[in-house]
Amino acid sequence: MPVMNIIQAVNDALRIEMRRDQRVVVLGEDVGKFGGVFRATSGLFEEFGPDRVIDTPLAEAGIIGSAVGMALYGLRPVPEIQFADFIYPAYDQIVNELAKFRYRSGGQYPAPVVIRTPYGGGIRGGHYHSQSPEAYFVHTPGLKVVIPSNPYDAKGLLLSAMRGEDPVIFMEPKRVYRAARGEVPEGDYTVPLGQAKIVREGKGITVLAYGAMLHTVIEAAAKAAEAGIDAEVIDLRTLLPLDLETVLTSVRKTGRVCIVHEAPRTCGYGAELAALIAEKALTSLEAPIERVAGFDTPFPYTLENEYLPSPERVMASMRRAVEFQ
Amino acid sequence: MTTPSSQQRLRDMMLVRRFEERCAELYGAGKIRGFLHLYIGEEAVAAGLLPALGPADTVVATYREHGHALLRGVPARAVMAEMFGRVSGCSRGRGGSMHLFDAERRMYGGWAIVAGHLPVAVGLALADRTLGRPQVTACFFGDGAVAEGAFHEAMNLAALWQLPVLFVCENNLYAMGTALERYQAQPDLVLRARGYGVDAASVDGMDVEVVAAAARDAVERVRAGKPFLLECRTYRFRAHSMFDAELYRGSDEVARWKQRDPIALLAGRLRTRGQLDDAALAALEQDVAREVEDAVSFADASALEPIEELTRHVMAEVAP
Repeated sequence: MPVMNIIQAVNDALRIEMRRDQRVVVLGEDVGKFGGVFRATSGLFEEFGPDRVIDTPLAEAGIIGSAVGMALYGLRPVPEIQFADFIYPAYDQIVNELAKFRYRSGGQYPAPVVIRTPYGGGIRGGHYHSQSPEAYFVHTPGLKVVIPSNPYDAKGLLLSAMRGEDPVIFMEPKRVYRAARGEVPEGDYTVPLGQAKIVREGKGITVLAYGAMLHTVIEAAAKAAEAGIDAEVIDLRTLLPLDLETVLTSVRKTGRVCIVHEAPRTCGYGAELAALIAEKALTSLEAPIERVAGFDTPFPYTLENEYLPSPERVMASMRRAVEFQ
Repeated sequence: MTTPSSQQRLRDMMLVRRFEERCAELYGAGKIRGFLHLYIGEEAVAAGLLPALGPADTVVATYREHGHALLRGVPARAVMAEMFGRVSGCSRGRGGSMHLFDAERRMYGGWAIVAGHLPVAVGLALADRTLGRPQVTACFFGDGAVAEGAFHEAMNLAALWQLPVLFVCENNLYAMGTALERYQAQPDLVLRARGYGVDAASVDGMDVEVVAAAARDAVERVRAGKPFLLECRTYRFRAHSMFDAELYRGSDEVARWKQRDPIALLAGRLRTRGQLDDAALAALEQDVAREVEDAVSFADASALEPIEELTRHVMAEVAP
């Protein structure tokens, strides 16, 4: 089985779907001749031509608005927003138009657009090349939000997303774009949206993460094991729809929870997870729910590594939860 | 499509006028709630433009779109029921006045985010071009939309990709309560369009025959594969919405524009030509009043959306 990184897996998924379905169209800034700023669309322009791999101006609202129109009328657009930080100029199109189209037309007009965007810190990108805006989109009814952590899931989840009937925000963890490598089957397969994956089984504490943070958590769990903490690590993979059953089953087993994400803490996705766990499994809890997150600041440049949850911070948090009497 | 007679255009405008006058009454009676933006005074634009389109063409409109929906062929019953928020409305009563959709008639709203629909119109046209359909997307917007960034992005994309979009600016001189010259550094919209490489024309939007002729020409150019902007200079006789003391314009200005009422203008012309008399006009009035009253009765008798439907159509329905 070939070994790929996440970029290659995304590229493979796009190519497979574009060959399979003539309606699939890629558009965005530098996705064509340039091959994408991270090379995720490399080679597609050469294979599928300028009508299906469309280089656009720097116009995020125009890109997403055009994609909405194309989706309303027979195409399957997969726009790329070059960095998740650049998604805000398209925020109106995503939140007011894309997400609500099916609903406000009384079900007459689905808008199956898959927006791919690299997100997250760890590349010294500073304020505007590092953000994790997933919570805004989870908060918007009508959107699905998917964040893979590894090449296998990236390919399988992206293929699922492109075959669905709903808009999807597909966020790619750029810090591990190349670092996360793994075996990826050739050809077609899908990973269904809405299924979390238990990455490491354990009995002492449930640790919830997604995207790049999963790798931090795995490192922390290995350290924790040496200290006698038996962590169960769950990769959520899809934030919406959330696989709440897998989360609750684990929490009922371990009684302790640590939630990790790199977005700011306040009203981050962890807040929703904590609320759901408190609502559905309070009596199983043996310690307060722990959250390890970015700080409530703009994304910093110099102090990036201090801002991002580290294995040490995650480890300390797990220890607090496990030692709580 | 067949070009409608001037009598038909007169009836079209009278239908829209009568429909909206009833809406204003029904608003006062509490039957229609929320926001209501009347098109009264501007009817010649929709009545001149829409018949120039074919059934496979696409219509995207603003929040002042009752007339566009009606003249696109959405039944008055379905539009009125939507105004009432009833489940038999053209969007199942979910959107009300500002969200009129009809997939069968290729009516894509109803947009209450000013200029939000302009990039979407570009995408609809891009889909046509990609799939080889010789169709036109007609996108209506007000002068206020021209100040939005989305206008700039949409014009650039449509021109860059040479897409079949007909941009129809219904310039009624006010972005709600702020006059054009108070918010636009360059109020000449034709000049602005040309700056993007989009051909454009400006016409008297109170004269339905002028709009119709310009629309035929514009649709022909667009169908040949180029965007076009048609500015229709028009005027809204009523307030912006139901809550507007109109402090930003004088009654003399309104009175002056009312002398160019598009319905009176066409009716007068038809009389001069000997194509309309009192009896024919009265018959038309009766006819549209009957259609509107039928729509009101239908809407009033329709059910509200049941509570079980609240969460429907957020996402695709998956078979269990």
